[in-house]
Order: sequence, then structure tokens, then C-alpha cells
Amino acid sequence: MGLGSYYSYGLPSFLIIVIALYLLFTDSGEAFNVGRFLEESNPYAWGASGIGLCIGLSVAGAGWGIFVTGSSILGGGVRAPRITTKNLIRHAHKPSENRLVTNIALQYHLLAADSLLCISRHKIIGIVYSARLSSVGEAELYTPANYYTGFALFWGGLTVGLCNLLCGVCVGITGATAAIADASDPDLFVKILVVEVFGSILGLFGLIVGLLMATNAEEFKAAATTTAKAVASPYVF
Amino acid sequence: MEALFFNIDTGFLEGIVRGYKAGILSQNQYGSLAQCESLEATDYGGFLANEPLPLSTSTIQDKATQILVDQFNYLRSNSVQPLTKFLEYITYSYMIDNIILLITGTLHERDTHELLERCHPLGVFESMPALCVATTVEELYQSVLVETPLAPYFRECLSANDLDDLNIEIIRNTVYKAYLEDFYHFCASLGQPTAEVMQRILAFEADRRTVNITINSFNTELSKEQRAKLFPTIGRLWPEGNNQLAKADDMDQVRAACESVSEYRTFFADAVPNSSSGGNGYDELAAASQLEDRFFRMEVFLNKQAFLQQFQYGVFFSYVKLKEQEVRNLTWIAECIAQDAKDRIQDFIPIF
Repeated sequence: MGLGSYYSYGLPSFLIIVIALYLLFTDSGEAFNVGRFLEESNPYAWGASGIGLCIGLSVAGAGWGIFVTGSSILGGGVRAPRITTKNLIRHAHKPSENRLVTNIALQYHLLAADSLLCISRHKIIGIVYSARLSSVGEAELYTPANYYTGFALFWGGLTVGLCNLLCGVCVGITGATAAIADASDPDLFVKILVVEVFGSILGLFGLIVGLLMATNAEEFKAAATTTAKAVASPYVF
Repeated sequence: MEALFFNIDTGFLEGIVRGYKAGILSQNQYGSLAQCESLEATDYGGFLANEPLPLSTSTIQDKATQILVDQFNYLRSNSVQPLTKFLEYITYSYMIDNIILLITGTLHERDTHELLERCHPLGVFESMPALCVATTVEELYQSVLVETPLAPYFRECLSANDLDDLNIEIIRNTVYKAYLEDFYHFCASLGQPTAEVMQRILAFEADRRTVNITINSFNTELSKEQRAKLFPTIGRLWPEGNNQLAKADDMDQVRAACESVSEYRTFFADAVPNSSSGGNGYDELAAASQLEDRFFRMEVFLNKQAFLQQFQYGVFFSYVKLKEQEVRNLTWIAECIAQDAKDRIQDFIPIF
């Protein structure tokens, strides 16, 4: 075990144990109350975090994928300039180039479209989810339906964000390989493109699951009567 | 996981080196070369344009090597650590050759400038001319080598005091052994898949040197203990094969020692089964050159395989070796044409 892992695994564990034992021995063990935390925390916080995570992680994935592919395209394009247009720009590929293509109109690039897809997915989620965030006063906020909306937005956003992150990385790596394979043998381009499309589907699945989670989540509504937050326990300072 | 971060520092250079690899002459181009046509359409387009006729083989070799050197310097100047260190490791083997060349040349009283011109350009370092004045290894080390990155490799040979021909070969092999082992461990520290690719190539290099040292030391003054100390402690023949080769006296024992590794068995397959050692010198020579040929083919094969994997540094090493092989091929073809030996012109090793 290196010194780095001593610190990175040991220090947090130590701190957690110390805090837990402190609470236990000062008779405040009840302060660690997960249910109370979930009931007390504001559904807006959950919802907004979910949306933020979705957008942030998706952009990170798209960016990661772009730089991985981009550097390989730049390097390979020095010797084989033809790969830059095919791999970078999203347009139908010019019939003047003598290449074997299955369907010229559908000759997609790799990089830009897939990153754009990543970005467009999170925009969809962002728009759909933020429609749920309507304004409700503090006293009427804590209803079961609102709790559900908050949690659903958080975990849905996290799901979409992580899926897009991994999808972006996947497409980026296969794109780099595709660029280099294309530079050495043009016939390989379409074959590797198929693999990339499979990678792209990962993000799509994330989008579907995110949307499903949000279908039952209604927008925040005020309660009929004023509802109280969870009662503070007498065992807690 | 290496694919996640490799392209940050090295993606562009990897693309460049794969582009260079696409410029290596193919079998068709060799075919047209052998018929004396021009090198115009290849990477070598203009390199001979400014040379006065008649072209000598050494000019062709020098200019072709210069192309490799220019490409390598481009890669090295654009690299960051740890790729820079890796590329420097590649130059160390040429440095070792240059140092030995200079020492040998000085011993035989050759002209310093002539020697410096014959040095390989990839292995030049600043204090090289100072090597020509040293007389013992101690002096050599203290004055020149201690500042070069090769210093740790020379420490083991400080005991060989007088520099005669046999000792120089021993020094060369001891230093090269230290270099190979150091490079091997450095590649291990770079993580997978660089380690996997490079260690396979370096293991074969070590085995090849072991076998060559053994075969070349038959009927010489080199004792078996001295021979054993020159074998690198990496490679698939280590440790059992190395022990057997240290005690070997003729080709049959060498073949027996290599039996344990399946790839090396075929190297000795067609050799004339010559039971009486030292009997028929010509057969042994033919067997040795066939063996050398097979080693080269295996090396080219392993270097080509390195290109099948992405996101590792092995492609840089393999490109340099393949380009070197190509220069050797070109020199061979030029020599055959010059000496009018067209029947042997196909004896080079094709790469792609």
C-alpha cells in the first residue's frame, strides 16, 4: 500500500469513526437520523441538484469525448487530411471523393453529432425537469407528492448525467480509434461507425429512464393546509 | 483505463507516428525499387534530389537515416513527460553504439572527425568528442560518461582496466545488458498496455542477444562465466535457458536450450543437423545467417503487432525500429544493384 492510499482511505474513515463515536458517547446518537434528514431537506434542493448534475455531467462527458477524438484526428489528419472532414463535420460526404459508402446521405461524422446528441439529451431533460419546479411557499411545501418530485428529479438527473458522461467517453474513445483506422484504411470507417452508434445508444437509454422517472413526478403544488416539518427529537441538542 | 487520459498528452503524437508508419515502403514499392525505378512517390520523394551523381550506397543510407532522425526529433520536441523519457530511452542504444565506436576508433588511432561523422545521429550527445582522448575506462567514466544518462550502465564495467578488442566487446555487452534491463523496468512503471507491448519486444531482444552472444563466443577466449554475466536477466529464456546457454558448446546445445520457447524452436528448424562441432565451418555460417534472418523477421513481426493496439507508447519504439529496418532494406537493394547481384535482391525483409 502506498502512502497515497493510506491518506485517501485512512483519513476519511478515521474522521467518520471519530464523529460517530463522539455522537454515541455524548448521548446524541439520535442526531444521526436519516429519515429526519430526508423529511427536513428541501425538495427544491433535491430537484435543482438533479438538474444541475444532469447538465454538468453530460457536458463533462461530451467534452471528454471531444478531446479524446479530437487529438487523434489532428494527429492522423497530418498524413491523411481526408479524415478530418469525415470525422469532424456533420455533413453528407462529398461524392467527389472516391470512397465506398453505403449511403452517402447518411454518412455521419462521428465526433460532432454524438457530442451534440449528448448535449441535446441533457437539454431535453433540463427543460422537462425544470418545468416541475414551480414556486411554493415554505409552509405548504412538505407534502408527499412534493417529496416524490424532489427525489425523482434528483435521481433522474443523476442517472441521465452519468449515462451521458459514460456515453460521451465511450464515443470519444471509439472515435479516436475510428479516426486512426480510417487514416490507414478507408474501408474501416463505416465498420467502426457502427460500434460508435452502439455507444451512443447508452446515452439514449439514460434519457429514456430519466423521462420515465419524471412522468409520475408532478410539479410542486401547495398543500391544502399548512404542513409542518418533521418534529425535532428531544434527544438532540 | 489508459484510453481515458492518454490522448491528453500523447494523442496528437500518436496520430503523427501512425501517419509516419503509413509511409513505410510496402512490398509493391520494393518491387518497383528493385527494378531501378525512382523513389519519387514515396516519403523519400526529394531526399536524393540534391545529391551529385554517381550515388553511392552510403549516401543513400545516410540520407534515409536522416529522414528518420528528422521525424524522430519532431516527435521528441513535441512530447511531454513521460513520453520524452521514453523517447530518450530509445536513443540510449544508439548512444552506446556511438561510444563504443569512438573508443574502438581511438584505440586503432583513427581520425577523430572521421569517427564523429560515422556516429549515428540519434545517439549524439554534447561531450562525445571528448571520448576520443580517454585511455582507460576509469578516465572515460570520470571525465565524460558520468554526466550522460548512461552513467549507471557503465558502473559495472569499471573493473575492466585495459581496453583491448575483447574487453571492448565485453563492455559493450555489459552496458547494453544494463540498458535493456533498465528500459524493461521503466516500461513496467508506465503501466498497461505500454508495459505489455514493450516488454514483449524487449524480452525478444534480450533473448536474441543472449543467443547471439553464445554463438559468437564459440571458439573464442571468452570464458563461460564471463559469457554468463553478459546475458540480460529479462526475456523468456531467463533463467533456465540462460543457464543452459552459458554452458553450451555448439549449435545443438543452443537449439536444445531454446526448445522450451515454442516460437524460437522454428528458428533452428531448417539448420543442417551438424553433430560434429566446428566440423563444417561453411554450414555453421549458413546456419548462423539464416538464424540472424529469422531473428530480424521475428523482430519486424513483433514491431508490426505493436501498432495493433492504441493508447500506448510502443508505437513510437516500433516505428523507429521498422524505419531502421527499411533503411537496411534500401541499402541492401542499392548494394545489390551496384554490385550487379540481382538474384539476391529479394533477400531483404519485407515490412508491409
